[in-house]
Amino acid sequence: MTLIPANFDPGASPAESAGHTADHGAHGNHTLTGFIIFLCSESVIFLAFFTGFAVLKLSALQWLPPGVEGLEWRSPLAYTVVLVSSSGTIALAEWFLKRGSLWGFRAFWLLSMAMGALFLYGQAIEWAGLEFGFTSGTFGGCFYLLTGFHGLHVATGILLMGLMLTRSFRSGNYDGGEQGVVAASLFWHFVDVIWVLLFLLLYVWPA
Amino acid sequence: MTITPFDPGLSEVPQRQPEAPNGWKRYISFNTDAKVIGIQYIATALLFLLVGGLLAMIMRGELITPAADLVDRTVYNGLYTMHGTIMLFLFMFPVLNGLNNLLIPVMIGAPDMAFPRLNAAAFWMVPVFGVILMASFLVPGGPPASGWWSYPPVSLQNPLGHLINGEALWIVAVALSGVSSIMGAVNFVTTILRMRAPGMTLMRMPIFCWTALSAQTIQLIGLPALTGGAVMLLFDLVAGTSFYRPEGGGDPVLYQHFFWFYSHPAVYVIILPVFGVFSELFPVYARKPLFGYKFVAAASLVIVGLSLVVWVHHMFPSGVPQWMRDLFMVTTMLIAVPTGIKVFAWLGTLWGGKLRLNTPMLFALGGLFNFVFAGVTGIMLATVPVDIHVNNTYFVVGHFHYVIYGAATMGVYAAIYHWFPKFTGRMYYEGLGKLHFLLTFIGTNLNFFPMHPLGLMGMPRRVSSYDPEFAFWNVIASLGAFLLGVSIIPFLLNLVSSLVRGERAPANPWNAIGLEWLLPSPPPTENFEANVPTVISGPYGYGTGLPLVEHQEAYERALQQA
Repeated sequence: MTLIPANFDPGASPAESAGHTADHGAHGNHTLTGFIIFLCSESVIFLAFFTGFAVLKLSALQWLPPGVEGLEWRSPLAYTVVLVSSSGTIALAEWFLKRGSLWGFRAFWLLSMAMGALFLYGQAIEWAGLEFGFTSGTFGGCFYLLTGFHGLHVATGILLMGLMLTRSFRSGNYDGGEQGVVAASLFWHFVDVIWVLLFLLLYVWPA
Repeated sequence: MTITPFDPGLSEVPQRQPEAPNGWKRYISFNTDAKVIGIQYIATALLFLLVGGLLAMIMRGELITPAADLVDRTVYNGLYTMHGTIMLFLFMFPVLNGLNNLLIPVMIGAPDMAFPRLNAAAFWMVPVFGVILMASFLVPGGPPASGWWSYPPVSLQNPLGHLINGEALWIVAVALSGVSSIMGAVNFVTTILRMRAPGMTLMRMPIFCWTALSAQTIQLIGLPALTGGAVMLLFDLVAGTSFYRPEGGGDPVLYQHFFWFYSHPAVYVIILPVFGVFSELFPVYARKPLFGYKFVAAASLVIVGLSLVVWVHHMFPSGVPQWMRDLFMVTTMLIAVPTGIKVFAWLGTLWGGKLRLNTPMLFALGGLFNFVFAGVTGIMLATVPVDIHVNNTYFVVGHFHYVIYGAATMGVYAAIYHWFPKFTGRMYYEGLGKLHFLLTFIGTNLNFFPMHPLGLMGMPRRVSSYDPEFAFWNVIASLGAFLLGVSIIPFLLNLVSSLVRGERAPANPWNAIGLEWLLPSPPPTENFEANVPTVISGPYGYGTGLPLVEHQEAYERALQQA
């Protein structure tokens, strides 16, 4: 059997080949591919919410609940600037990682996490000060659903980044590049882009 | 291979690994092997097929007489809602994901799926939401009763006022099913795109992988929309929002858009892999290459594109503007073009072939016959005037049962028989298989054909009593349903007895061409392991004499020696 490599044994029983199952979790690293596919899918759920928002707003007889004049946009704009700039700081963190500067990576990575947390804090302050609730007509429902669902994504992003930060302290972990860092960063950019669209829909589109 | 005498002191003695327990126990554990997960999916799905089938037979028992005399009307509402939900979310999708898990890795020469743990997590969500859905039989107020599509405002009725009610459980179960399917889809698409054997270009991929890729792409695009819509429905039901409540300024038709944006393409998620099964089986049993491989592959992608722009044809009577009706009528009819290309390709494959009519081939041919019938009524339903005339009648019920049972389920049976020897290492019993086919084919047509004249006569769906003039066709349909119930018996008998004492299956019992047939039956845990063959020609080289892979004789010789 000269044509076949020496270890060729298609008749191996599951028990014999069980030694291979130790590294069963990783057959090449496809994390990034899978993650990009997931993000494309996740964007559709936002698209669905955006479309629902637009349809309800355009067909509404009375959009804002009685007693509500409109949304205060100045402080949300400030927090928007914070969130969007964190896309820049996370890119800087990646740049440091590529240059092999682990501490530069950690510093800017942590800064991006802090900016995300600040955005969430601003969101909480805004929610607490609003005079309408989740059940105040379709407007109230849409406002809390959209900002809440996006806020959930910001929180998830911070958790993912925290995971990557912890991993960076395990020696040798990032030697061959780290798909998880790229994935977390992609997710963060995604969350930012969604917020910009959301800001335009909620605060800029006139009632 | 030399045989070493057993020596307890020898360190090389194969050890059982705790990760891969042998025997039946691995089928009830969190196992990350795609072949185990595939069988878990199929077994779970068949269990729920029995549950959903039982509900269907109770309904047909009710409908055998015009009066509502067997079950209470409210119970009947729960029966058809649960029947539809179980058959789609707990039978059809899981059984197809089972086939994907079994077939995709071996067909492309991958050792496993791209994300084995994610794969196992996606499967174990199925029993979880299955239990949640079944629990709705036990809560006060009973199971959901607003039909499998759960249109508001009917689905927003909660007369007993409990937070946990049948409808809320339905929404949670459907949302979990969506999450599980998205996890599966990410896995299948990544695996097909990134883990093919060397030399297997996209245009050398078996059609089943093309159709799986297309179907899973639809899942990725469509499911989030349904999940988003379902979340809003849940808030309306339990949190007092008014997204779909007209009295609060909401729009019930918006839900219909969300629902059908996914749930029409979901039909293609179901039928595309079955097209893949047809495309795999006809060349094997006609001993001819697949006619027009490139067109069949491309047609799958065209169906994906078109499937996303046809959903409003479910809403022609829902007060949508006329331009939408016109537009969606045209797009719906366009679907017939890629589908027709496939049917012609299969006929071209069968034409002049030396047909071998064993059980899988019979099921594939029967499925094709039923599919063509369903396609004809589908074109009728795409036409706005016909659709409005037969809307909500038994004509629609007959049409989609020809698709889902007549074509899709028979295609699934064909796949199960065809690949049974490969994954269990045992042959099934041909006689029992043919009996199963005969009962299924007759039962399907007896059950679902009468629904067409009934619909044209004007019998509405979702009623437990009807005018006596509809009695004749209803009796025939009920007899067909009971025959379908009986047809499951030889199937289960065949599965169990073949597993226990069936003849040992050779590596390639059908003399088929494909990477999976170069593996022993059943294949080892990691398939080809380090010896992944290099593919040197396209699939379906029947009668051409071209080898599929480099050193094909060596692989075949090794199989014979094993």
